Amino acid sequence: MDLYQLTAHRLHEMLVKKEVSAAEITKAVFQRIEQVEDKVNSYITLTQETAEAQAAEVDKRLAAGEAIEPLAGIPVALKDNLCTEGIRTTCASKMLGDFVPPYTATAVQRLYDANLVLVGKTNLDEFAMGSSTENSKFHLTHNPWDAERVPGGSSGGSAAAVAAGQAIVSLGTDTGGSIRQPASYCGVVGMKPTYGGVSRYGAVPFASSLDQIGPITKDVTDMAHMLNVICGHDPLDSTSANLQHPDFTKYLVNDIKGLKIGVPKEYLAEGIDSQVKNRIKEAIEKMTELGAYVEETSMPHTDYAMPAYYLLATAEASSNLARYDGVSFGFRVADAEDIVDMFKRSRSQGFGDEVKLRIMLGTYSLSAGYYDAYYLKALKVRTLIKQDFDQALEKYDLLLGPTSPSTAFKIGELINDPIKMYLQDICTIPVNLAGLPAISLPCGLVNNLPVGLQLIGKAFDEGTLLQAAFTFEQNTEHHRLRPEL
Amino acid sequence: MISKQDVDHVALLARLELTEEEKELYTQQLNKILNAAKALQEVDTDNIPPTAHVLPIQNVFREDRVGKSIDPEKALAIAPEREESFFKVPKIV
Amino acid sequence: MTQYETVIGIEVHVELKTNTKIFCNCTTEFGGEPNHHTCPVCLGLPGTLPVLNKKVVEYAVRAGLALNCQVAEFSKFDRKNYYYPDLPKNYQVSQFDLPIARQGYVEVEVEGQIKRIGIHHMHMEEDAGKLVHQGNIMTTPYSLVDYNRGGMPLIEIVSEPDMRSPEEARAYVEKLRAIIQYTGVSDCRMEEGSLRCDVNISVRPVGQQELGTKAEIKNLNSFRALQRAAAYEVERQISVLETGGRVIQETRTWDEAKGITVSMRSKEEAHDYRYFPDPDLVPVVLDNQWIEFIKDSLPELPDQRRSRYVEQYGLPEYDATILTLTKEMSDYFEEIIGHYDKPKVISNWMMGEMSRLLNVSGTDITACKIKPLQLAELVKLIDQGTISGKIAKTVFEEMFESGKDPAVIVKEKGLVQISDEGAIASVVDEMIAANPKSVEDFKAGKDKAIGFLVGQVMKATKGKANPDVVNKLLREKLQ
Repeated sequence: MDLYQLTAHRLHEMLVKKEVSAAEITKAVFQRIEQVEDKVNSYITLTQETAEAQAAEVDKRLAAGEAIEPLAGIPVALKDNLCTEGIRTTCASKMLGDFVPPYTATAVQRLYDANLVLVGKTNLDEFAMGSSTENSKFHLTHNPWDAERVPGGSSGGSAAAVAAGQAIVSLGTDTGGSIRQPASYCGVVGMKPTYGGVSRYGAVPFASSLDQIGPITKDVTDMAHMLNVICGHDPLDSTSANLQHPDFTKYLVNDIKGLKIGVPKEYLAEGIDSQVKNRIKEAIEKMTELGAYVEETSMPHTDYAMPAYYLLATAEASSNLARYDGVSFGFRVADAEDIVDMFKRSRSQGFGDEVKLRIMLGTYSLSAGYYDAYYLKALKVRTLIKQDFDQALEKYDLLLGPTSPSTAFKIGELINDPIKMYLQDICTIPVNLAGLPAISLPCGLVNNLPVGLQLIGKAFDEGTLLQAAFTFEQNTEHHRLRPEL
Repeated sequence: MISKQDVDHVALLARLELTEEEKELYTQQLNKILNAAKALQEVDTDNIPPTAHVLPIQNVFREDRVGKSIDPEKALAIAPEREESFFKVPKIV
Repeated sequence: MTQYETVIGIEVHVELKTNTKIFCNCTTEFGGEPNHHTCPVCLGLPGTLPVLNKKVVEYAVRAGLALNCQVAEFSKFDRKNYYYPDLPKNYQVSQFDLPIARQGYVEVEVEGQIKRIGIHHMHMEEDAGKLVHQGNIMTTPYSLVDYNRGGMPLIEIVSEPDMRSPEEARAYVEKLRAIIQYTGVSDCRMEEGSLRCDVNISVRPVGQQELGTKAEIKNLNSFRALQRAAAYEVERQISVLETGGRVIQETRTWDEAKGITVSMRSKEEAHDYRYFPDPDLVPVVLDNQWIEFIKDSLPELPDQRRSRYVEQYGLPEYDATILTLTKEMSDYFEEIIGHYDKPKVISNWMMGEMSRLLNVSGTDITACKIKPLQLAELVKLIDQGTISGKIAKTVFEEMFESGKDPAVIVKEKGLVQISDEGAIASVVDEMIAANPKSVEDFKAGKDKAIGFLVGQVMKATKGKANPDVVNKLLREKLQ
């Protein structure tokens, strides 16, 4: 098998045994990029020089006989809304088209400190607003399984890059499903850790109370290693939990006997593609066969999650995105008459349609006379949704369902229908509202397109999720499937 | 129902300048979304507290010690326009 | 003619004297190159996050308790959304519905009466940056932005509309300033902008229940400006009403030079701040014990200090009130007392010569060249008979100018008092000889005539003769 197709933990073994060098791995990944980037278009910016220098550093340490970290020398791609000092961070927006931040996101710094190798910055929906990566100001990203289809979004570039072998692992951000849904569409593993588990410092916010950084990997073992690196308290983020996280690789145990799994019937209701449902049912059978106790349950407020989410996320976004005004950074129109003119035209030309729509919605839901009916109401409904989870997770160790109601859709298919587009996230959104950890892992194909299985856990219990996911993976072959490119 | 006048007002609050077509489009799309949001009104939330934060974190503080700052040049270097070490903007009124 | 009642409410912003800004570790030092006291957080660069300075909470609680407020056990931060180039994020992190303190009061004395002014609430927030214009904001071709002040910690104290005259308004802010200064959480320097106030004024016919339409006046950077602006605005509103007009709810600015208030915006945009809880910050939950601890550790406040001056030093109420009006004045006074325990005499100097010269020079006690020890020494020189009280005034003026020690001035200028009877006797004889009319008057029983003779002797000795000795000698010789 080619190097770019291997997992990080396999490459680590080879590095340690000196069967391969970090430079060779990096070279293989960049060759792969050269070979398939035309078809996939995962990246906005490539950082080959940085990558080669980082890889050389790892090789130097190996040559000196030093022990290396589990992910040292592993090529990683970053969603382009994660700030990287000295490397432009665009959020796929004209607004930040040449924005080079003078600081680095905490999660990224941790990857640097663990000596991963930075391949580049990946494409996304502008400011992470979208479910298909079609809202990028730069270009479309194509699903490696079918070039006519979207890779999902908003972390579409990060998912496509891992699936296509253009990076071994990557980071995305997940506000309403933006890691899990593209991971599902691209047949890779994606995880949104518990809110507060990973520092948000340096992740350009969409909706601060929902955003969370998480990894996309080829298998669950790599996921555990990535979590070990990026999780942990950060004094720069007030919402970062001050907890010591366990060594997540300890949960890579092939055993789920006695595990109690709830399947919310709302996650398999109408609106979910019947073939997707079949794959999920097969997964349930597999889990049962492996000794888990699986039972149907109910999350009665699920239907309200989508509208509540859109009101809350856009309200926060309308405020988070107010700073893009052309004053001290970012895009500014050239010929402004006065400050208000500069604000209005810089913002109108700097933002794309979906971003503007969401700013409008969020501004409206916070404005005088509508606050109680929309924003406040949504916060209360959020409480009810969280209570649904609290009750279910008192009874079950984890919850199971599809990641997305369908497989990857065609480019352009939903772009003019925001509601239908938003419905792509109905299974993932409730999890963000409740702040819980969830993982999406491959559970088979429908018409040669990957289907994702979502497992949802208790707050800060990523361990149980990993163990269940690992067990499922060890006893199935789905994660070995790769797209032909 | 959100009207075109509402859209105008919201655009002003959000400092967006919209074309006529955009106003039409946004009026239509916002109405669709707000229509879907009406479902929330069915939910009885009378005695339900709002959840602004999902985690019960409180009292996160920083000590009052001056830290190392970045070189101010780095921030000024990315400014669209500057004059000496000021950010320069068009006239206010 | 209709009688009108004035209604005034005031919002006071006070900059807290912490080392660092409210949400980042940038210095709060005054001045500095533009934008050199900034970082990605206070510049609002994307992805950066705020972390609350603990000292800000402590200071806010201290101020709240000193203002007799209820300190909230649970408070949170909200975003106030509006676009302005001095606001890097285009929202200000502030507190909306759950502020750190509420329901306090301040007692002021107006025309001999104690009046309680209610405080609606007090909240914490971040300051905005500064805009620099060529000329003024209306005519400048472009503006320059300096974010050094952006993110400085503020408390905003919002009064009830309890004041009924410009004098009360001034007394309220003066008292508020004194109290906060005493707590040590701010310098409260109006000239440097570390205390700023916005005054809401309305008038209504006497007897009317509902409030009149108010105007908000900004840009008041002295007590004098505050009082004058309020007085002007009251007159303006009454004359608008008297001529059948309507007061418009608007923001006005005080033009110090012209002595008038001016409307700030013609096309006032409806404000809609869209407050909502800041998702980047977590609630502040204070336990009662800690609040009690802060309360117990509050320093002596102006009212307590005033009472102590009356009881301990035997000062009249009036003196005690004036001396405790600012912490600097009061601390200065106490330092002198520490050196020389003559409270009433020292109070007289402070309230007399000192305030006269400070007034004339337009400075305050902090800029005064006379050190407390020097003033103590001056009073000692009088008490020891080294100089006369009259000469002391000359010496004081010189001290005020140069900051020299009083003993040095007395020596340099040869101002030592002459108490030697022999030296004075010859001058006394001369004056008796030169003024036969006064001598005659005195002998005829006009006791007052001796005053003129004393004056002549003093004049001839350039004020250096000890007046008691002169008096005694004159009486002896004219007996």
